[in-house]
Amino acid sequence: MPDNSIVVDRLSKKFGEFTAVNEISFETKKGEIFGFLGANGAGKSTAMKMLCGLLTPTSGKATVAGYDIASQSERVKRRIGYMSQKFSLYQDLTAIENIRFYAGIYGMADKDIKQQSDRLMQRLNLVDYANVKIEALPLGWKQKLAFSVAVFHRPEIVFLDEPTGGVDPVTRRDFWEMITQTAAEGTTIFVTTHYMDEAEYCDRISIMVDGKIEALGTPEQLKTNFAVSTIDEVFICLARPDANKTN
Amino acid sequence: MKKFRAFVKKEFYHITRDWRTLIILLGMPIIQIMLFGFAITNEIKDAKIAILDLARDEHSTVLIDKILANDYFKLEAYLTHSREIEPVFRKGKVKEVIIFEPGFGARLEKEHSANIQIIADASDPNTATMLLNYTQAIIGNYQAEQNELQHLPFSIGIHSEMFYNNELKGVYLFVPGLIAIILMLVSAMMTSISITKEKELGTMEILLATPMKPAVIIIAKVIPYLILSFINAVIILLLGFFVFHVPVHGSLLLLLLEMILFILTVLSLGIFISTATSSQQVALMASLMGLMLPTILLSGFLFPVENMPLPLQLISNMVPAKWFIIIIKGIMLKGVGLAIVWKETLILVGFMAFFILLSVKKFKPRLA
Amino acid sequence: MRTLRFLLQKEFIQIFRNKSILPIILVMPMVQLLLLSFAVDYEIKNIKLIFVDQDHSHFSALLQSQFTGSDYFIISGQTGQTQEAKNAIERGTCDLVVIVPPGFEQNLFRGGRADVQLIMNAIDGTKAGLSSSYATGIIRNYTKTLIENYRMRSNMGIAPQYKQIEANYSFWYNPELNYKVYMVPGILVLLVTMIGAFLSSMNIVREKELGTIEQINVTPIKKHHFIIGKTLPFWFIGMFEFAFGLLLARLVFDIPMVGSLYVLFSFAGVFLMVVLGLGLLISTITETQQQAMFISWFFLVIFILLGGLFTAIENMPAWAQYITKLNPVSYFIEVNRMILLKGAGFMDIAVHFAVISGFALAINALAIFRYKKVS
Repeated sequence: MPDNSIVVDRLSKKFGEFTAVNEISFETKKGEIFGFLGANGAGKSTAMKMLCGLLTPTSGKATVAGYDIASQSERVKRRIGYMSQKFSLYQDLTAIENIRFYAGIYGMADKDIKQQSDRLMQRLNLVDYANVKIEALPLGWKQKLAFSVAVFHRPEIVFLDEPTGGVDPVTRRDFWEMITQTAAEGTTIFVTTHYMDEAEYCDRISIMVDGKIEALGTPEQLKTNFAVSTIDEVFICLARPDANKTN
Repeated sequence: MKKFRAFVKKEFYHITRDWRTLIILLGMPIIQIMLFGFAITNEIKDAKIAILDLARDEHSTVLIDKILANDYFKLEAYLTHSREIEPVFRKGKVKEVIIFEPGFGARLEKEHSANIQIIADASDPNTATMLLNYTQAIIGNYQAEQNELQHLPFSIGIHSEMFYNNELKGVYLFVPGLIAIILMLVSAMMTSISITKEKELGTMEILLATPMKPAVIIIAKVIPYLILSFINAVIILLLGFFVFHVPVHGSLLLLLLEMILFILTVLSLGIFISTATSSQQVALMASLMGLMLPTILLSGFLFPVENMPLPLQLISNMVPAKWFIIIIKGIMLKGVGLAIVWKETLILVGFMAFFILLSVKKFKPRLA
Repeated sequence: MRTLRFLLQKEFIQIFRNKSILPIILVMPMVQLLLLSFAVDYEIKNIKLIFVDQDHSHFSALLQSQFTGSDYFIISGQTGQTQEAKNAIERGTCDLVVIVPPGFEQNLFRGGRADVQLIMNAIDGTKAGLSSSYATGIIRNYTKTLIENYRMRSNMGIAPQYKQIEANYSFWYNPELNYKVYMVPGILVLLVTMIGAFLSSMNIVREKELGTIEQINVTPIKKHHFIIGKTLPFWFIGMFEFAFGLLLARLVFDIPMVGSLYVLFSFAGVFLMVVLGLGLLISTITETQQQAMFISWFFLVIFILLGGLFTAIENMPAWAQYITKLNPVSYFIEVNRMILLKGAGFMDIAVHFAVISGFALAINALAIFRYKKVS
């Protein structure tokens, strides 16, 4: 258990007749960057929401940080961070106000909040923008801030739902540097993305197709298994099995 | 034109997919008109009174019976001491206390003059005066009965004719008012919200980026609400006619056209609100807080405008619902035509033009 | 408790930073309180009258002077034609027509009986009824004076055996029948209710629409902390507005405050919990601000029109009176009046207090129950 931060066993979610997630199983290790790939509508977000305790599973079992997601979801929430696809910091608050608010909700001590938020503002080069509402900040800055807020309370696992959507390549690289650094400090990173170059940065990746996990392994393993040179090609083989015919 | 149709369809899907909103939109006005049509009335019925009879003789007993035989009053408490008057009022139920002096009947027989004291709870002045009038009328009748019919040298007969509302029904006044209020709030709120919502969620930018003209986009957004509001108006009209027997004496066509005109006026107000605000929250608060009470109070729906002080009468001219209520009362109850209500109609057209102009002015810089 | 502090801090910052919503919350209600309180007056005066004198006699002119001398009527036109007067009613420039037909004086003194015709616009039934009784009263008085003069001249005097009942009256709590005393506290209640209900009903659903609620839901925050954090700021705003409005009512309209303000404010506090709880409940069961706003509008219109302020609850049919028992606003309007005007103490309003506390508990419990962090 100490090694595995997430353990998923035949987890399913149905919305009426529609099966969004179909008996997926996997594990992630502590401090690992786990890339959770899949086409739009493959069920990534649904699976992630179940792991974060936002959705109750229809069947199957999963533990996050050692707690059952169905029966102990509030305990799970204490140990995770989450950054949703939709930018979800308060636009009408300043960066520091957002940080303070979430840190407070996670029960951090006032002194820690003060020290660490000051340090974070410096690291993000936001000191000059301390009094600016974040709606006025560029998207890339906002995304970096959102990530920093998600890991501010030092969660064991952080879930990132397409964190770099719409962000320029330079900021994306900065962003991934922050991710690797956080992972190095021992936090498990669970990330979904559409950028296949980003998938290469992951320790291991899984690819979901129609609610099922069709491939799981390190980027190198997958490329070897499918006998292709990029993850992009792996993805196309899985997601669009008829792609070769049409081309 | 094809694009335009597609657009209107999209808006319709927005509304009809969201079945909750649809039920609310169509169902709530019906519930309200039924509720208010029956419940809002100014006619006094079963007002609770208390009686303190210090005489307890034949005259006082008979007079009390006469008072209580009336539909207006209902005996809540029979007091025995003047000490009990204050507490009974403070409890809030009793609206009037009638006190017969000791020896009431004896004095009436011997001295030909006796006293009754009436105390009314004037914390509600309207009810207080009405109750007092009724009580005095009953006492007056009793007094007249007590005096043998004297020969009067002459009399004047009064023939009254009540125009438009023979039975003095309250609904005649309230149904037109409710149509105005419901249309006002439904149309103004729904449009202002649906447009600001697109602004807030950023979808407006996408729409503006399409080759369609902004005016067309707005019109397409508004058409479904126009149709919905119109359906609402017709439903209320039918309910008024079949349930409350509020007649339509004038031209039905004219009535419907005037309704459409009012809906358009209010929709353009909604558009104006949405161009002037940036978030749904502000649009909502502005249209709800800004329109709700002023429309109810200044439109002449509950309180006659001519009773208000002059400055307020002037302000009431800025409430579109006031003009609309004059128009529909005229058409429905008096049976008048455009020859009589053309002025009010023009005023509504003026309002509409004004709001549209303002919106266009406000809207332009956003496109630049 | 610490979590609560951060929640409150955040909500307050958001409210006070929003420059366009602040005036709507704080200024608009007070302006409306000051302005609209002048609008609500049931007293019927300035009845527009046309006196159609077709007799042109001394006694018809005398009758006309009785009408022109009355405070209730204003002469709005001059005509000898009945049809023209009726047209004026149609146009709305006239409420009441008094027609004295030709031969009025002759009939009165030769035959002992003459007729007068009243025509009125009865769309507003109450107004028509009152106009009619004012006019009838004037004509009766006129007849009485004629009879008395006649008797004086014929030395008959008033018959001594005439029995008379003196009905003295007094108006308690508001001897001058000042409508503002009655209306201003009521309108204040409505404004506070609207502010509270609208703000709270849009609050959570706004976070849903903007997506920020998801970020909240992945935190270990307790449901009741969240609901309290969402309620308290609006509770403070509501209480502040109530206090400020009361102060204005006192300074501008000289509204009496007979009873204990402590009791009044305790009641206001519990009442606001009901309103805010209802708003939050609406917020939790809706998906968009549009829906939330529409449902709260629906309830508020009912609360306002069936609150007993504009039309008395006693006049409503029995079933509607039962509905008003569920209407928190009707309790508050009544309590407001009982305390401010009649000086009712806590014991007098104990039942109201118990009922409204019950509402507050039930609706807030329901709101907490309905708010789901996990779907």
